[in-house]
Amino acid sequence: MNDKNVPLPVARIAPPIAPGVPSTAGADFLTTQLDALVQWAQKNSLWPMPFGTACCAIEFMSSVSSHYDLARFGAEVVRFSPRQADLMIIAGTITDKQAPILRKIYDQMPEPKWVISMGVCACTGGFYRAYHVVQGVDEIVPVDVYVAGCPPTPENLIHGLIELQKRIQSGELARHREAKTYVPIRVGTDPQVESIPAWSKSVMAPGRAHGHEFPEMADTAEAEAAEATKDAVGGKA
Amino acid sequence: MSATLSASSDVSFAPLIERKFPDGSVHLERRPASDVPTVVSTPAASVEAARFLRDDPAAAYDLLLDLVAVDRLKLDGPPSFRGDERFQLNALLYSTKRNEHLRLRVALPASDPRLPSLIEIWPAADWFEREAWDLMGIRFDGHPNLARLLTHNGFVGHALRKDYEAGQRWLCTDEDVLQTKLAARSDLPEDVFETMTLNFGPSHPSTHGTLRIVLRVDGERIVAAESECGYLHRCFEKMSETHTYTQVIPYTDRLNYCSPMINGNGYARAVEQMLGIEIPARAKAVRVVLSEFSRIMDHMVCIGANLVDLGGLTTFWYSYQAREEIYSLLEACCGARLTSSYARIGGLSMDVPDNFVEWCRKLVKSVTTHIQEVDTLLTKNRIVQKRMSGTGVVTKEQAIAWGFTGPCLRASGVGYDVRKDKPYDGYDEVDFDVPVTTAGDNYSRYLVRMEEMRQSLRIIEQVIARLPGGPVVSDDYRVVLPPKEMVYNEMEGLIFHFKNVFEGIQVPAGEIYSYTEGANGELGYSIVSDGSGRPYRVKVRPPCFPLFAAFEKIIIGGMVSDAVATLGTLNIIAGELDR
Repeated sequence: MNDKNVPLPVARIAPPIAPGVPSTAGADFLTTQLDALVQWAQKNSLWPMPFGTACCAIEFMSSVSSHYDLARFGAEVVRFSPRQADLMIIAGTITDKQAPILRKIYDQMPEPKWVISMGVCACTGGFYRAYHVVQGVDEIVPVDVYVAGCPPTPENLIHGLIELQKRIQSGELARHREAKTYVPIRVGTDPQVESIPAWSKSVMAPGRAHGHEFPEMADTAEAEAAEATKDAVGGKA
Repeated sequence: MSATLSASSDVSFAPLIERKFPDGSVHLERRPASDVPTVVSTPAASVEAARFLRDDPAAAYDLLLDLVAVDRLKLDGPPSFRGDERFQLNALLYSTKRNEHLRLRVALPASDPRLPSLIEIWPAADWFEREAWDLMGIRFDGHPNLARLLTHNGFVGHALRKDYEAGQRWLCTDEDVLQTKLAARSDLPEDVFETMTLNFGPSHPSTHGTLRIVLRVDGERIVAAESECGYLHRCFEKMSETHTYTQVIPYTDRLNYCSPMINGNGYARAVEQMLGIEIPARAKAVRVVLSEFSRIMDHMVCIGANLVDLGGLTTFWYSYQAREEIYSLLEACCGARLTSSYARIGGLSMDVPDNFVEWCRKLVKSVTTHIQEVDTLLTKNRIVQKRMSGTGVVTKEQAIAWGFTGPCLRASGVGYDVRKDKPYDGYDEVDFDVPVTTAGDNYSRYLVRMEEMRQSLRIIEQVIARLPGGPVVSDDYRVVLPPKEMVYNEMEGLIFHFKNVFEGIQVPAGEIYSYTEGANGELGYSIVSDGSGRPYRVKVRPPCFPLFAAFEKIIIGGMVSDAVATLGTLNIIAGELDR
């Protein structure tokens, strides 16, 4: 464990320690250390909830099976109950029919929670530019890590998991949650994934204005995002 | 490339049809020899024709394989086609007694296309008719529950009609998705203390994230059930119509993603039959070897995942080890672990690695060990036997009526296997057995799968023992991309390359039903071509579809936990079920 290089969370926008427990970060030295400790613990005890629907779920099964063994990277306990999980791995195409269910399951997960979008179908709809496929799950839930591939190899998924762990450890994700800004990371080389906006609006059918409720972070003002990023950079310096 | 039209007298019962329907309302259509024979009927006479085809001993088409609806809006019809007959409904039939396929075709008008439901004749028609209503807007009079099946309730229009925009989405709300017939039923006061409604799936570990069953349970016993699919309906058929023939191959990989090679091979074979080209012997042999390995992978996932659902995690690690080893071979052949896209129309995308044969030999040995390990863990395991014996029973008659094929049909006592009964790609030159059991319960389906894996290994051993040399792709450059030296150095090569890439393979106008043995049963492709570079209509006959349609009928009267075991042994793959 090389935790010394990880910058400590900036006091002003430090995350809550736990839901309902306000952060005392900045009050003294000890509590900022406590945040880091909590983040380190969260990072190494991710409980994934596989929202597996399609081919990617098969590769997810490979990732947790004997050969690749995701457990080695601190995501041991696969839980099919959202109430017991804190990491949702969306593995597979999400269709319009599935979308309300995905949102419901996400809402049932307790905070703090993270989302990995596994495979191009979940990231962007993939090559299904079609009448019944959600064009990227970020229409429905906030995504922390996009993993490219169709399906991604287990190595790629593990890479995505490690990237997520880095950001949990650094407190970066928690800060963005607090500030309601959101900068997802992308794993893999698929150029399609590079070009997606973080919050792509779905192609709404005319005459059907009602749709999913966008997650809270969707209406973030750009200025606020820029400011938060500036603060974070300034804090480091 | 042109195929000759076969005389209608190929069908042995042709004179009977003429005698039974003297007014010509039902008659035979002339089809190319590569396609299945076709009987055409008027909408009014369709039920009578269907009853004749099922009951007459000279016909005896007892198994409904598929209903294929075609919108002919943008298709120039043959001379017999009249402009007002926009839709066509094709019922694909199989006779388990005579080992023959047949297509029953009904033409329907553009406005209010409707015909009597075939559900009385073939109960398997239930979901196929719902699908045709959902995606093509064809009404079936007398259908008990003609509701949308694949798309959600908030969907507007019929997606596979030619005037429907491929990207037009309709968003779905909670109310749209949650209202099935059974879930929407309000509890009767006298019912409330006796039975309750249980929602099972789609996000449930044993429904694999995409299947939903609404149960009415009395304690643990199921008194009514309604299954629902479509949670993974990713519009394969509409997507095929907007891509060239070659571009469809990656989509086929994602149908049954437990055994992608088989799907690609089946599709390529269908198009090759339409083109009338023959692929090299080496390509055939490699296709067979990798298909059989894929079948083993599929069965391994089925058994492993089934046992996870039943509470035994250990088998899963053993069965996945075999998969990982086979994945390595596939990766060496085509570069991808899961979605191989290895087949090409005319052969394969590239040759196998030099050490292919030795690798296969090694793999056969290690997979044999893994199968033995799984066998040791399960076959005589008392818990497995208690959970699986006598549960989820499907009798022979039911299996035929519900349109079962593949291991599930063979576990119920019908030995139909396309590889044996309609051999292709050299399956007739290898020696293998088709395992059949008669009990029709979960345990027999498990046993059939175990034995099929061993038979697959037998096939592989025989094929690699005399793996032919030579090219793996046809040299017909109207279909296949020419080699790079030719493209860069010769004018013709460049032209062929350009036309293949930009326009796609030009498949002559026509129609085919081509079928191979998928891991779950008969995998059929109905392709309609309008002579351009893109398929006009592709319809897959997904083996899972009739299995899951019958699921709600199998589990009635059983326990909820038996339903889990049954769902596992039926091996429903959502990608193929919902397409």
